[in-house]
Amino acid sequence: MALLCAAVFALSGAGDPASRFTEVGHQLMCICSCGQVLLECNHVGCPSSDGMRNELMAAISRGDSDSLVEQSFVQKYGPTVLAAPTTAGFDRAAWIMPFVAFVLGVGVVVLVVRAWKNRPEPAIADGLHPSTGAEFDQFREQARKETDL
Amino acid sequence: MMLGFPHMAQIGNYALLLALALSLYSFVAGIFAIVTPGEMSERVGETARRAGIVVFVCVLLAAVALVTAAFRNDFSIAYIFHHSNRDLPAPYKFAVLWSGQEGSLLFWSLLLSGYGFVLRLRYKTDPRLFAYASVVMAGVQIFFLLLVNIAANPFGLIDGPPRADGSGLNALLQYPEMVIHPPMLYLGYVGFTVPFAFALGALIMKYPGEKWIRITRRWTMVTWAFLTCGVFLGSHWAYYVLGWGGYWGWDPVENASLMPWLVGTAFLHSVMMQEKRGMLKVWNMWLVFGTFWLAILGTFLTRSGIISSVHAFAQSSIGSWFAYFLAITFAVFVFFFVKNHNHLRSEHRLESLISRESSFLFNNLLFLLLTLDVLWGTWFPKISELVQGNKVTVGAPFYNRVAVPVALFLLLLTALGPLLAWRKTSFESLKRNFKWPTILSVAVALFVMFAPQSWGSIFGMRPWKDISYFYSLMTIFLSSLVAFTVASEFYRGGRVISEKTGQGMFASMVQLTHRNTRRYGGYIVHIGVVLVMIGFSGSAFNQEKEMEMGYGDKMDIGSYQLVCRSYTQDDNANQFTEWAIMDVYQGGKKIDSMTPQRIVYHASNQPSTKPDIRSNFKEDLYLVYEGQNDKGQPVIKAHVNPMVIWIWIGAWVMIVGTGLGLVESAPAPVAVRVPKVLERASATPVVTGD
Repeated sequence: MALLCAAVFALSGAGDPASRFTEVGHQLMCICSCGQVLLECNHVGCPSSDGMRNELMAAISRGDSDSLVEQSFVQKYGPTVLAAPTTAGFDRAAWIMPFVAFVLGVGVVVLVVRAWKNRPEPAIADGLHPSTGAEFDQFREQARKETDL
Repeated sequence: MMLGFPHMAQIGNYALLLALALSLYSFVAGIFAIVTPGEMSERVGETARRAGIVVFVCVLLAAVALVTAAFRNDFSIAYIFHHSNRDLPAPYKFAVLWSGQEGSLLFWSLLLSGYGFVLRLRYKTDPRLFAYASVVMAGVQIFFLLLVNIAANPFGLIDGPPRADGSGLNALLQYPEMVIHPPMLYLGYVGFTVPFAFALGALIMKYPGEKWIRITRRWTMVTWAFLTCGVFLGSHWAYYVLGWGGYWGWDPVENASLMPWLVGTAFLHSVMMQEKRGMLKVWNMWLVFGTFWLAILGTFLTRSGIISSVHAFAQSSIGSWFAYFLAITFAVFVFFFVKNHNHLRSEHRLESLISRESSFLFNNLLFLLLTLDVLWGTWFPKISELVQGNKVTVGAPFYNRVAVPVALFLLLLTALGPLLAWRKTSFESLKRNFKWPTILSVAVALFVMFAPQSWGSIFGMRPWKDISYFYSLMTIFLSSLVAFTVASEFYRGGRVISEKTGQGMFASMVQLTHRNTRRYGGYIVHIGVVLVMIGFSGSAFNQEKEMEMGYGDKMDIGSYQLVCRSYTQDDNANQFTEWAIMDVYQGGKKIDSMTPQRIVYHASNQPSTKPDIRSNFKEDLYLVYEGQNDKGQPVIKAHVNPMVIWIWIGAWVMIVGTGLGLVESAPAPVAVRVPKVLERASATPVVTGD
């Protein structure tokens, strides 16, 4: 699975103009306030999406890289034209926070598990003999046989 | 005003004012009854309970008044003028109740008082706990009634003379699901107040034992089912109405419904820990509070205008009301938690990392992580504006990158968790339980990878070509693992009963399910989740194409060829409609005709599209009438969306599974001989799996 992941990350990104148009088009927002990704704008009579799509197609046909296309759109329409925050400046916080939360969360769970495991055994009243479990072995074996696939 | 008839606005206003007064009484008298011992306080408590019941009657009267005003076309009421018109079909006139800000708040109050009504009728289940919960419900009710009486009154009159006709309902809301989706969603949102009321009540009174959590769990399951319905109905509505070919846009309002759903789901899992092992008590308290608080936060987001959304109500000043309410509820909860948390100590220790307890811990971690990711993504545009002075967009690319991997881990846990035993699972047992499901799941994944592409878009996929293909394959593999582990549970349990009773396999599985409806109902919910995830996995292979189409023009997409047979238009009292008639061919043979439409509603002059969708188990062919070119020819956008139907099927399965989980389990007919040693049981009880 690790090799497959590596292959995915290494090989994804390259593509013909049509697939680049689709990929980059899904990284941009339509500015007509529909709240939709550019290629999914469903605003009937949208005054913006056709023009933006033509611009995108022209840029890709020119051979502009993805980052250059995105930069030119940001310069023209503002940072909200990108469908996701960048990885520069404060925008980086958008991407870092989920990762930090995951690490912290795992840390908390590990601490909780350790705390639970280290709890003392519950006290047993006089006269009681806790079962060791050995007397249940035959029932366990029976259950295993009856439920084995 | 209709001569000889009372004005609905007057009835509504008086009813809401009376409801507010009774809620205040119910709250104050309820507190008095709780804190003061003696027979008189019991009587006062009973009057508080009855006052709470009458609140429902008053709010219902107000809601009936508003709906009646809509049906009477009483445009002297501003709300009716803005959200209705004479030619609006009857179901949508009924839905006017929840289609605008003020009406939806009245609707919220109605549902809240309805839940309170049921709770107060069932008080004999545990009179003291229900008394506390009733006070909490009254407190929340006071807030919403203050809103509809003061800040968002649905019965405000229009300035000047009454208008002859109204503005009509938003075009996008004129769809049958408009009648169902908001009520389901609101039943979910509002319903989470009840578990919160029980939790806060149990915390305040330092409730002994776990009965309160069992009561709370059942209410939460019902509420969760409604919210699940509401969320999927919203997705279905977006898919069938909005015409962009998708069902989830990560819009803030959509996220607002997802967050309490995620936390509520976490609670429904971790509550089992508290019931079975007396663990996670503090955590569950916070989960229940978090679910309620996120539901209110979601409402705050949609109504305050603080975050832009195409779904949001018009901006108003009530955002600050919700902000104060959120702060007050948080402060009250924290106060009582700090004061009384000592009685929430866990009773048992963890014996092994490979146990159901651990799996629930990680399950909760992942649900909370997903919630945090969604919350962070929803708020980040505002945070960015505050910090660096400009807004950014946080859309699907962000959520796909952060949420999808977490969801896949959750799916893995869904497969592993149910087959882990409480307290400890041996490695041998793990290998035994997962061997065949894993082998079969790998086989399914390989089959999907190497099957011919002609069988469907998802077949023959090459996961190394694109990250979305990889996620799709992992979804299919993990979904298969869940399905096979669930199937093995039903099969193994059914086989044991079949051998003991001589019944057929199916009858044995039914009996198995009936003996533990909660467990096996939960398994069916998991199957529903699997079907939904399989539906999502198809989105990596969506295709779309747009073309201007004159008479006889053709468009090829996927395995289909579309031919424009004709296009025309129609005009009636309510709307002007344009549509195209498209013949659909596959393999050279005509298989269907489809009619995507574009509609303009006269009252509001709002255009909207009405896509036509041809669904089968493999894929949806989705056609949208985008508009017309200069020659008056239609511009048609076609999508091929694989596996979408499985999302809706999966949602139904989830609801059925939840319903099954609410049915009382039948007692086992077979007598169990318990060894004598258990009669002098150890302090650590031996528990069986759920």
